[in-house]
Amino acid sequence: MNELRTEPRQGATGNRIAVLPPRTPLPRAVAAVVAGQLGRVRVAAVPLLFVATLQSLGIAVLLRGVVHGRGTATGASIVAGTTVLVVAFVALNLLSQRFGLLRSTRALDYYAAMPISATAVVLGTAAAYASFTLPGAVVTAVVGTAVYGLPFAQLWVVLPAVLLAAVVLAGTGAVLGLAMPRPELATVAGQLGMTAVLFLGIVPPSHLPELIRAVRVAVPGTLAVDAIADALRPGTPWGDVVLRLAITAGYGVLMLGLAGRLLRRAVNR
Amino acid sequence: MSDAGGVDGTTAYRVRGLEKSYRGASVPAVSGVDLDIAAGEVFGLLGPNGAGKTTLVRQLVGLSVPDAGSVAIFGHDLSADRSVAARLVAYLAQDEAALAELPVRLAVETSARLRGTRRREAARHATGLIDELGLGPIADQPMVRLSGGQRRLACVASALAADRPVLVLDEPTTGLDPVARRSVWAAVRRRRDDHGVTVILVTHNVLEAESVLDRVAVLDAGRVIACDTPVRLKAAVDDSVRIQLVWRHDPPHGDPAVMALARDATRDGRRWTARLERAEARDVLARMTRPPLIDALDDFTVSTPTLEDVYLALGGRADDLEHR
Repeated sequence: MNELRTEPRQGATGNRIAVLPPRTPLPRAVAAVVAGQLGRVRVAAVPLLFVATLQSLGIAVLLRGVVHGRGTATGASIVAGTTVLVVAFVALNLLSQRFGLLRSTRALDYYAAMPISATAVVLGTAAAYASFTLPGAVVTAVVGTAVYGLPFAQLWVVLPAVLLAAVVLAGTGAVLGLAMPRPELATVAGQLGMTAVLFLGIVPPSHLPELIRAVRVAVPGTLAVDAIADALRPGTPWGDVVLRLAITAGYGVLMLGLAGRLLRRAVNR
Repeated sequence: MSDAGGVDGTTAYRVRGLEKSYRGASVPAVSGVDLDIAAGEVFGLLGPNGAGKTTLVRQLVGLSVPDAGSVAIFGHDLSADRSVAARLVAYLAQDEAALAELPVRLAVETSARLRGTRRREAARHATGLIDELGLGPIADQPMVRLSGGQRRLACVASALAADRPVLVLDEPTTGLDPVARRSVWAAVRRRRDDHGVTVILVTHNVLEAESVLDRVAVLDAGRVIACDTPVRLKAAVDDSVRIQLVWRHDPPHGDPAVMALARDATRDGRRWTARLERAEARDVLARMTRPPLIDALDDFTVSTPTLEDVYLALGGRADDLEHR
């Protein structure tokens, strides 16, 4: 240190002692992140949701002609797959892009410098992105059920299943975005993830080779697809539905936790 | 950790032996930095681009873990709990891309809410800050549609939201027009004078450093090469003056005064700037103000040393400090 250095002058606050302000409680932090994200995407949300819903409805209607006469199981799989695809388009694909961009532009510093947990950032962003997919997913499920002539009685399962699928897919999107070294790779990873959900979610498992069926279980969101498909068939195996949704929830918590860890690591580069 | 036990209330920051190197870099980004920053002080970090200012402040706000050394804020050691920084410090980064697409009011409100303020109170904070910094006409516009200066001003408002005891502002006035710049300085001073807020201001603007800072640490190549009040720092090079000449046309060749000056001057086209000892400066000026040299000059100024002169006298290697 140079000899020009001196002791600091007495602060204007005298002997004031700084009391540590508390950390922002998780619900309040998540609510703030959600409000910010919704404010940010408000303009883009409607066209995005329109595209996501139209894409899923288009696939459901197109496949109606292809699988005509193959039974309700196939129809239920297609409706379930296209419903979850609406969520995957936004929660996985777009969220991966968003976190890839935040990471590459050092924008994560903004959140990391706030008295909130990394989980609040991931959860809030994921919740905001997932929330505007819900209407599209419900519309797809209702229209798909009508087009394939499936029973409406158990359609309520779509709500918890789509919510849990949104958690796991958003968590996966965040993980992909934060894990990739470059934003372009995050975009590619998000799109590949969505393609995996599109293919493995919509094609009924019974039509897939043994090996792909084993891989399918590990793809986020496919168990939620199966839960919806089970609910749309007569004689719903409720035990399987609950188990699949529980595993999806656990998977979601795991992915959100992993995303939180990756976010902390990305900040301290 | 207790809220206040054993805390020395007069020292906001105590930094010791801070080190940080990046993989592949030939020199450390921060090396052997010791600092004591008093509570209620407006403290500056001055240095050219690449001097290590941003790396240092990222360590001060707990965003970057040092390779060695320690940082304590009001006695709370960051190595024990990095979240302490987020609870005590509002940090304005050089680029707030996270806020880019938010309308100004929502950006300020969101920042206040993330710092723990309830929604209604956050809205009041936002309204107050928008008035204070003159952001009213652009309050509902997304930041991305604003000019660079307006966007920067909105980011400053976000940093000031929810009254933290410490503000760390990384080049807050970059791109601002003089009016906006003055309103930022006034807002910073108000918080220090009325609420005892400690402010750490990163700048490479000499004028800003001289006019708003209580003390300044001059950084070069990751090291603090001087740390004192701007007045005392300048006093250390008080035996010299700065001469700036603008030639009307090429200066006369062979003149001994021109040759002597050419040796020491920094040249920017026909604008020459030199720092000379007082006696030498008197001699040069005497010759410059007589024909034929006076006829070749368009303008000349003589000024007392600035912090840039201090920086260069202390061995600073770059000369890209701003002085506008």
